[in-house]
Amino acid sequence: MMYKTVIGLEIHAQLKTETKAFCSCRADVFDLEPNTVICPVCTGQPGTLPVLNERVVEFAVMAGIAMNCTINRRSVFDRKNYFYPDLPKGYQITQYFFPIAENGYLYLVNGEEKRRIRIRRIHIEEDAGKMVHQGTESITGSSGSYLDLNRCGVPLIEIVTEPDLKSPVEARIFMELLRDTLRALGVCSGDMEKGALRCDANISMVDESGRSSNRVEVKNINSFKFVEKALEFEQERISKALASGVDVAKETRSWNFSSKETYSMRSKEEENDYRYFPEPDLPELIISDDLIERIERSLPELPWEKVERFMEQYSLPGYDASVLASDSEISSYFEEVAQATGKPKESSNWIMGEVMRLMNDRQLSLEEVKVSPENFKELFDLIEQGKISNKIAKDIFPVIVENGKSPTQLVREKGLQQIDDDTVIEDAVRKAMNDNPAAVQQFRDGKEGVLGYFVGAVMKATKGKANPSKANEIARRLLRD
Amino acid sequence: MTKNPLNLRLSEIMSLRGSFEFYRERIDRYNDKLNAFLQVSNPSDSQKEGFPYALKDNILALGTRTTCASRILENYESPYDATVTSKLNNKGGIILGKTNMDEFAMGSSTENSAFGPSRNPWDLDRIPGGSSGGSAAAVAAGLAPFALGSDTGGSVRQPASMCGIVGFKPTYGLVSRYGLVAFASSLDQIGPLTRCAQDAAEVMAMIAGHDPKDSNTLRRNLDFNVSIESDVKGLKFAAPSEMLNYPGLDSGVKERFLSMMEAMRSAGAKVEEISIPSVEYAVATYYLIAPAEASSNLARYDGIRFGSRSPAEDYESLINKNRDSGFGEEVKRRILLGTFTLSATYYDAYYRKALKTRRIMAGELNRVLNEYDYIVNPSSPVIAPRLGEITDPLAYYLMDIYTIPANVAGLPSISVPIGLVDGLPVGLLLTGKRFSDVSLLNAAGGIEDLSPSYENGLAKIPERWAK
Repeated sequence: MMYKTVIGLEIHAQLKTETKAFCSCRADVFDLEPNTVICPVCTGQPGTLPVLNERVVEFAVMAGIAMNCTINRRSVFDRKNYFYPDLPKGYQITQYFFPIAENGYLYLVNGEEKRRIRIRRIHIEEDAGKMVHQGTESITGSSGSYLDLNRCGVPLIEIVTEPDLKSPVEARIFMELLRDTLRALGVCSGDMEKGALRCDANISMVDESGRSSNRVEVKNINSFKFVEKALEFEQERISKALASGVDVAKETRSWNFSSKETYSMRSKEEENDYRYFPEPDLPELIISDDLIERIERSLPELPWEKVERFMEQYSLPGYDASVLASDSEISSYFEEVAQATGKPKESSNWIMGEVMRLMNDRQLSLEEVKVSPENFKELFDLIEQGKISNKIAKDIFPVIVENGKSPTQLVREKGLQQIDDDTVIEDAVRKAMNDNPAAVQQFRDGKEGVLGYFVGAVMKATKGKANPSKANEIARRLLRD
Repeated sequence: MTKNPLNLRLSEIMSLRGSFEFYRERIDRYNDKLNAFLQVSNPSDSQKEGFPYALKDNILALGTRTTCASRILENYESPYDATVTSKLNNKGGIILGKTNMDEFAMGSSTENSAFGPSRNPWDLDRIPGGSSGGSAAAVAAGLAPFALGSDTGGSVRQPASMCGIVGFKPTYGLVSRYGLVAFASSLDQIGPLTRCAQDAAEVMAMIAGHDPKDSNTLRRNLDFNVSIESDVKGLKFAAPSEMLNYPGLDSGVKERFLSMMEAMRSAGAKVEEISIPSVEYAVATYYLIAPAEASSNLARYDGIRFGSRSPAEDYESLINKNRDSGFGEEVKRRILLGTFTLSATYYDAYYRKALKTRRIMAGELNRVLNEYDYIVNPSSPVIAPRLGEITDPLAYYLMDIYTIPANVAGLPSISVPIGLVDGLPVGLLLTGKRFSDVSLLNAAGGIEDLSPSYENGLAKIPERWAK
């Protein structure tokens, strides 16, 4: 039996506002000493009241517009009630009945396929605090638990998709798309490892007759890789169960990244009744047409818009365009280089190859690896004029990065100019023929592949500086003679 | 002191030296009998200049404990000043002490205090009303020139009525709730308990106004710096027949009320009986909305950060035990009621319906108030009961039947004493349209002129406390 996979995501994105959602404590609390960024409001002292941060609204509207949502001119805050020590008020302020944005979509590009993934809703909410347990990872069995309320009131938006994703890979790509989008807007850092982007994934499987398994929710996934891995694990687990006729429990599971498995957190029967009701301490949120227009005007070019433009304007393949467009610094660097050199595809190759490799291998920022567009132009010119080979160019690239010298200067200093002199190459070929007559015989017996051996020998003798096409041509001529 | 502060209006007390000591001494002398104050403050000599006032113990004041008359907050020290507290103190106010109340403002008798009931200055065997009973008793016995209370369903006006003083609930949103321990956020409003409408205006001038810390405060500013005119001539009052014919209305109270209506007519007012059908559902609506909000507002008292910790095996039983031992019976009853009302299964049947009734009731009241200047009815259907006399909680809930509509619709409302029945005070309740607060105080001033409860413009203090 074949099964179709149905996946929907609920993504929490931390907004990059200066202050928290409902008080004036600073919002960027990652890695701060516990309980150093708290006040009577965010810790829920008796008598305190929330005051909505207007930036939170602007950021949520930005995200909503970028995801093609309808922005609700009137939205309402609600309380989600449950007891937990890290929730000081005993309720979380969120939007349940009337969210700020609804009915949007993003285009997901997976290889040649481009599909619309619908966004059901985007709503604003506040984060809860954090517990640190002594001895164990959970509250049960620990010898003591500590509360860090720094995160209390940190603003989040929750983005809920329709169940339109068809595979774990798509789920991962969608998360990356979302991160790129939020980053481009400047509303979220997108750092999953710092908890700025968190994902709950819902998965179910449907058989050929259209019968669906129960839905399983995997909670709190905190890396792009794990989104894919956890869902692959579930896909496997559910389809096996279905194949053997076992009912899949409707439950909430968690991903254990060390065992690479999901495990059951709670079954649906134990599910909370959150007793949502309108938050009486906050008036309705009314969004003016002016605000929406202002935000629409200020919206930057979004990653997928950039992809399309890059494909068109620079004639780049889709893959190149999407890699470059995923990061706004890299994409604008690409554009500078492409314009300076007049060679977009080569620029793309160099940036996606050498520049990004250096960033990865040496853990450097783009700023540290940036070769100036002028130097890039020089480098391309040297290659085009046949003064250096592509290989030499790649060899000297890290040196340009390190000392910022111009390629021409470097090539001159190090004597790296390509050797075009026929006699030098002829000498090298002859020497190789003398050193290995057997190989010469092999070539003459029709084994053309041996040619590479002679070209290689020329390169070795000239320290890679010989013009490769000349080396090829001369070796072939002399071997035939 | 050449003048006796008990005979003075607030404006005169505000510039009177030594008044803090005067009231403080009276508290020391009489509070044992009344249990109006849960704690008294001890400012240094240099801090004693200014005008004294009493603060209900659900309003925060830095440097005091704010207990809400609950075990669970018994040792809670205010980490900040409520907006009303800092406003008053900036004008020269000095807190005499924190007054007793029904636990978390839930109740109509101040019997639900974890620290014992307050007593009615007119008869120490009787309740002072509630939940601001300590504030009402303090003002009525002359232990404070004025007090602040909180009014969620009548908790300022009902005890004012039972203690023979003025209790004023402003339009919702005129006074900041920041620093008022929340009971039911959409209904709570801080209001003054005073000995005349003029004093209420003086207090309002100091505490009203938009507060950036309370998003529900209104940006509109009303000018309370007025001299209250004493005239009901030409005013049109509507008396809802549903309220006058309410079977629980005590005949003596009704009689006193009706003779006051006559006096008002003689003074040139127009009083007409009209019908507001939805007020019959006021109590039912209130007891769905208020407990629902309360169940959420009181969730933070889990014994983890406030209150005493009970030994327990696991987290859930820890919370259960802490809350069970920390909250009193009435609070637990309302939390359970609210939790039930908001549960997914019953939300539509109860909570949503209550919100709808609330809108309908507000609509009806507003329609009447477009035609009439004020709605008038007794403040409470009964005079103050004896302590322990009423054991059925529902009977107490019904005592708020006349005051609740103003909270449900967010309207300004004031209780004015209009004489005694069986030696105990009776109050008249006026309710006006939104933002009519200033003219409502003027109308109250007119009624004060006709009321036997007043002497030289101030509500009379029972004789035993007048010394």
